[in-house]
Amino acid sequence: MMSLRIEILNEGGFRSDGRRQYELREITFDSTTQASSDGSARVTHGLTEVLVSVFGPREARVRSQTLHDRATIHVEASIAPLSTGDRRRRGRGDKRILELAAMIKATFEPVVQTSLYPRSQIDIFVQVLQQDGGVLQAAINATTIALINAGVPLTDYVCAVTGGAHAAAPMLDLTALEESDLPHMTVASMPRSGRLTLVSMETRLHIDRFEEILRLAGEAGAVIHKEMRAVVKERTKGLLEGMSIGLRVSKAAEEDAMVENE
Amino acid sequence: MVEITIRKRQREDAAFTQRKFFKKTARGKVIKVVRERYLRDDVSCGIEKCRECASTLESHLPFSGAVDHKLFPNGHFVLPDTNVFLAQMDLMESSFFRSPIILLQTVLEEVRHRSLPLYNRLKALMKLDEKRTWMFYNEFRLKHNFIHNRETAVVREVGESPNDRNDRAIRVGTAWYNTHISLTRPPIRGRPVPVLPTIVLLTDDVGNRLKAEKEKIPCSSVQQYYLSTGALTAGIKAGQLYQGHFNANQFNFLEGSVTVEAYSKPVLLIGRENMNRAVQGDIVTIEVFNEQEWKAPTDEVVDQESTLKNDDADESDEEGERIVIEEKAPRPEGLSRPISEKQPTGRVVGIIKRNWRAYVCHIDSTSLNSSTTTSLSQQTVFATPVSRLLPRIRMRTRQAPALLGQKILVTIDKWDITSRYPEGHFVRALGKVESKEAEQESLLLEFDVPYRPFGKAILDCLPAEGEQWVVPPKGAHIPAWRDREDLRPLNICSIDPPGCEDIDDALHARRLPNGNIEAGVHIADVSHFVLPDNPMDAEAAARGTTVYLVDKRIDMLPALLGTNLCSLRPFVERLAFSVIWELTPDAKIKKTRFTKSVIASKCAFTYEEAQIRKDDLNRQDDLTDSIRLLNTLAQKLKAGRMAAGALNLASPEVKIHLDSAESSDPIDVEQKELRETNSLVEEFMLLANISVAEKIQEAFPQTAVLRRHMPPPKANFERLQDILQKRRGIPLDVSSSGALAASLDKCIDPNEPAFNTLVRIMATRCMLSAEYFCSGSVPKDAFGHYGLASPIYTHFTSPIRRYADVLVHRQLAAAISYGTLHASLHSKTHVEHTLDVVNKRHRMAQMAGRASVEFYVGLALKARGERSATLRTGKVTEEAFVIRMFRNGINVFVSKLGIEGLVTFKRETRFDANNYTFVIPGSGQGGEDVVIAVFDKVTVSIEVEKDKNTQRGKVKMTLFKPIVDSI
Repeated sequence: MMSLRIEILNEGGFRSDGRRQYELREITFDSTTQASSDGSARVTHGLTEVLVSVFGPREARVRSQTLHDRATIHVEASIAPLSTGDRRRRGRGDKRILELAAMIKATFEPVVQTSLYPRSQIDIFVQVLQQDGGVLQAAINATTIALINAGVPLTDYVCAVTGGAHAAAPMLDLTALEESDLPHMTVASMPRSGRLTLVSMETRLHIDRFEEILRLAGEAGAVIHKEMRAVVKERTKGLLEGMSIGLRVSKAAEEDAMVENE
Repeated sequence: MVEITIRKRQREDAAFTQRKFFKKTARGKVIKVVRERYLRDDVSCGIEKCRECASTLESHLPFSGAVDHKLFPNGHFVLPDTNVFLAQMDLMESSFFRSPIILLQTVLEEVRHRSLPLYNRLKALMKLDEKRTWMFYNEFRLKHNFIHNRETAVVREVGESPNDRNDRAIRVGTAWYNTHISLTRPPIRGRPVPVLPTIVLLTDDVGNRLKAEKEKIPCSSVQQYYLSTGALTAGIKAGQLYQGHFNANQFNFLEGSVTVEAYSKPVLLIGRENMNRAVQGDIVTIEVFNEQEWKAPTDEVVDQESTLKNDDADESDEEGERIVIEEKAPRPEGLSRPISEKQPTGRVVGIIKRNWRAYVCHIDSTSLNSSTTTSLSQQTVFATPVSRLLPRIRMRTRQAPALLGQKILVTIDKWDITSRYPEGHFVRALGKVESKEAEQESLLLEFDVPYRPFGKAILDCLPAEGEQWVVPPKGAHIPAWRDREDLRPLNICSIDPPGCEDIDDALHARRLPNGNIEAGVHIADVSHFVLPDNPMDAEAAARGTTVYLVDKRIDMLPALLGTNLCSLRPFVERLAFSVIWELTPDAKIKKTRFTKSVIASKCAFTYEEAQIRKDDLNRQDDLTDSIRLLNTLAQKLKAGRMAAGALNLASPEVKIHLDSAESSDPIDVEQKELRETNSLVEEFMLLANISVAEKIQEAFPQTAVLRRHMPPPKANFERLQDILQKRRGIPLDVSSSGALAASLDKCIDPNEPAFNTLVRIMATRCMLSAEYFCSGSVPKDAFGHYGLASPIYTHFTSPIRRYADVLVHRQLAAAISYGTLHASLHSKTHVEHTLDVVNKRHRMAQMAGRASVEFYVGLALKARGERSATLRTGKVTEEAFVIRMFRNGINVFVSKLGIEGLVTFKRETRFDANNYTFVIPGSGQGGEDVVIAVFDKVTVSIEVEKDKNTQRGKVKMTLFKPIVDSI
């Protein structure tokens, strides 16, 4: 086993990639990726990279699935074969992909104010471009930003973080190497209300560790929230500036015309 | 509440932060793996009071390092590279090594990849307080500022091997530390310039050192470093290292010993790590531990086969780990052991010379994957040597199934440090197990007995007449008669065991007119035929001795000489070398004379015939008188010898009855009988040997071939003394051979006549073995023969079967001016060398003979067992004496068969090591406890059991009386 020869957490308190226990990986948000969508975001957590595109709200295509009092959320996920070292191709019917999509859908249904858009649908396309642990957290964080970019009204940000435990030491934001070795869970929280919309566990985690990790993940969510808000604010500022430039330009043109008319 | 942060990565660091490598999976697919790392500036240097680095509460390195090293007066820290830990872990662990150590993450990870056991030792070392080790995470350190222009995170460059990259990382780390110290301790105006300690890169890699020197990084090789460390050299000078032959313990494969002159008891080596891959007979260098760590030898039988039966012959990665676990387990330490039993204990630190040869082995059937004979796949299997002193050998072969159940020859090729077993290869098959040919050949091979037939060059050295050779008629000008006395008219006879073909000694005695007695010993004149420095001589020197097996004799000299021309057969004239004494009737020597002679033996007696002839009062002839005369003299000689303190030792000797010459199936075993005439011959041979020894020592003080028996160290007797005192209340005085002889005579149990013999056998085992030596290489006071209580001794009387005697004959001939001494016998080194070989061969021949007897005893027992099975007379049982106790069994000696056996207990027992007793609770007829002690007579049932695994017939003994121990 490869993991046998790499220490998850050494005696100096460093993880295999040089982080300490409660240090998250580098996060980047990029909102400018896909012009054809209504809103998109490319999020990276270290070497994990996910691209989410949001279309809608728009008129529902399939009549049978339309709800008369609110919008339906449709999530489709795909994992690029190039996202991992072994280049495994996963079809659309792959259980893991369906599960990923279902989890994202379940996470966002209570957060998106769907009742504002009856008889319409919101399409979320999740594409995993690179994987190095924490795919679900990256997908959720990217979806949040993409929905905001698309102007879909949300009750709160959704911030997801993975937490795990090495022996008795909890740690946050696991890499693929750590995920394969440690019991872990992904927690999606809403920092403003402090509520959780998703807790996903695929491994067995000791009950004594659970509470601590859940709390830590919630706190880490708040850290990510701060980062997200800064990004959203930055973008909004840009948009506002763009609008004001547009306003100024049209005003100036009007004035020019008026001058000409005079 | 903990602080949760996001680690930011600088974009320009991308080259440092991502690591790509390719990995091959088990299925052969290649996968690209990308990992990232987060570099940081908060990795602490670990040196006390560093103003830059955040301090932690953990142990710190002293501010100015170690200041007691000659090369670095300003103080220093050592920074060893990976190979130092891989190859010199012992040094690093030694308590002499006190310098503070900086351990780089690169080094630790490399050690972990290379060897897990060493990694675990390193981790343990880091935890020791006295070691002052700091682990520096150099791979994570990067800082963007202007103070440090060099940081320690290193990226593998294009075309750089992982090893080179790691070496560079270590060099960069060393350089960083030195810069770090100089930058954090800048000179302050008005104060003296601070003294900066040095960080020394410790590496044995010359290339790495050269590069380091080019980069102006202080570095040193391990040897250079520690040779200048005062403490270590002192340790070596104080003589903690010794050299000697490694002896494995035949009862416990995890224990060995080395005899060195500095200690009276052999130095004990316990555990595989301390034995350090030494194999029986290797010349090793050992280090002796402190006295507190000395241990007593185990009193437990640990059998390799049963303990390690689960080992997989295919090498696996985890083997290293299992060594650590298993090594701890089988060593329960007897707390109540007296301190006197403790022996010097140590470990092997180096092997000077391997003593590897081809070993006779069996294939271990359990180590085979597939045993179908058609399988031709290469398999890794274990070969178990016949000798219990050797480890199992791992070998790869395609013919494993075919070799199953055969005796095969295997040589060891290597023994890797990571491996538990030596590796070897198959040489050839000897034949089916238990077939006589295979057993015999394997025996000869096992004891390194040269048994090939004599070559043509050798046979060409024999007289051309062959069988027809006779002593030429007497005449002054005949060379064979030059300086020879004509002793043909004397009443000479020979007395030998029945069936003896190589008669090399004959005797005569007659009354002289002055009332004294003339006695003569006539030895075959082998040196007349075997001339120095020809092929026959060289071969005889190489063979050293004739080897007697139960049904075969491997001659030292070609049969024509041994059984014919040199054999002093009756009624034919033979050349001889005679020692003739004039003795008073009290057997005091008046005159001794040595001469070459021609004799004609009048009769060849067996011991029995001679005895009958002597005792038959009706026989009144010269020959019988001669025997009687010799006998009375011999008795007086013996009494004199005994008074001088000679030992009457005993060793178990049995005789095998062979069914018929052809089948040579042994039908029974009996003990050899000793008669008066045995003693007669023995006394005169001793007398001849002593007389000759004196003569040649006088003539050639530097190169005389002598034989000595060193007095045994007192410590050898301690156990026997203790047992005798505690069990029987008999003191054993070992202050001199005379005292020992006297106290051995007192070891009598009126109810048990065999008791005395038993004690004698046990005492014999405490002694050293006699050896040949060259008089010039040993001080004169060390010439003595302990067992015979003679100040000087040699071997003269059996030149047909012992090469040393041939040399003695040549020296004696020169001493009496019969001829000139060959130049080689004037050279001390040559004589020494020849005698070394002879000593070794002699030892081996004895062991081979014993092993041969053992094999036949085994066969006889098997036959007996089968007979009793058909007759339904029950199991074969014999009386036996307990001679040694182990924690889980007893060693018994069956005097009737001359064999020893191990009886291991199946039921629960209480072992009392102090009183040498075993208590078997509640096993008596009335439910009372049964006690067995050393010297007790027990009855064992004996059967020959075939080991299913090795196909080796094993004598198995189980207790029959006082209790039946079986399940």
